[in-house]
Amino acid sequence: MAGTIEKERSVLVVFPHPDDEAFGTSGTLSKYVDMGVPVTYACLTLGEMGRNLGIPPFATRETLPEVRKTELQAAADAIGITDLRMMGFRDKTVEFEDDEKMVKLITDLIDELDPSLIVTFYPGYSVHPDHEATARAVVRAVRRLPEDKRPKMYLVAFSNDTEKDLGQPDVVHEVAEMLDRKLRTLKAHSSQTAYMMEGLEAAIAAGEPEAIDRFSKERFYHYRWHEDFEESF
Amino acid sequence: MEKVNPAELQRLIDSFAGKELYIHLETTNGSYAAHFNEGFFNAGAFIRNAQIRFELGKVAGEAPHRVGLKLPYGWVYAQGITHYELDQHGRLLMAGLDGEGKLAVALELSETPFAY
Repeated sequence: MAGTIEKERSVLVVFPHPDDEAFGTSGTLSKYVDMGVPVTYACLTLGEMGRNLGIPPFATRETLPEVRKTELQAAADAIGITDLRMMGFRDKTVEFEDDEKMVKLITDLIDELDPSLIVTFYPGYSVHPDHEATARAVVRAVRRLPEDKRPKMYLVAFSNDTEKDLGQPDVVHEVAEMLDRKLRTLKAHSSQTAYMMEGLEAAIAAGEPEAIDRFSKERFYHYRWHEDFEESF
Repeated sequence: MEKVNPAELQRLIDSFAGKELYIHLETTNGSYAAHFNEGFFNAGAFIRNAQIRFELGKVAGEAPHRVGLKLPYGWVYAQGITHYELDQHGRLLMAGLDGEGKLAVALELSETPFAY
């Protein structure tokens, strides 16, 4: 069931790659922006190691970061996020950084922004090693806060065993009215999405229920502290 | 990047021989390979800004090509090279793009370090 989107004091979004925000969260984030909720997006890398260079190639391994930086800014503009922070890590290396340093990075953001909600990936259920490392850092930083001071977390999970282990998402947002901004966000990341946009837009325009359902609802899990992925850090 | 012209690429590789160079070498199936195809054995390697000097470099085979560099004390090679470019910074960028335009291998040589 799709629920109403609760108003927040402020929202911190932490993802490792430009476009991680686009598919599953841009409708929700657009809603917060329209509610006047401050939204900060900390994007850890520039997706420097993206594989899609196109036929014929539109970029090289060395120019891709600049392409994706421009796309990330355009995506933030489409959502309406004014506080976009590029954190300067390199794609596919986040898990090899010092773990304590990554926790401190998140702790510092929490201290500065005092978010009532953090949006990131679910540790153990987010497939890409950078997603997992990001999710671990966020959960660790939040775990260190007293329970009554912890911000809420909306976590994106999409590994193949998600439903088996976590069941159905416990937060579902109806974002059909934000479909236009969501499509603009996806299009902004054209180096990553161009191959699918034509088909997607056609499916939505034709009113295909599966496409509309997939893109008009955004699904999250609360973190299950009672099934924490580690005892402590 | 353009499709490999073996003679032209050979000429470019020759121009880097004997110089102190920075290398970027990468092979990848993408981080989602085992997500979309469970059981897929995902392997890859990445090295960036290691310093090398090679004495002999060769483009070999039909497209996609192999590029091998003989070092004073070892070897570097990449298989599956389809595209190349001498970029505006004088760096030789070689890459192997699959049928969907996705990078599977990259081999790059530069006299100055690559950006972080």
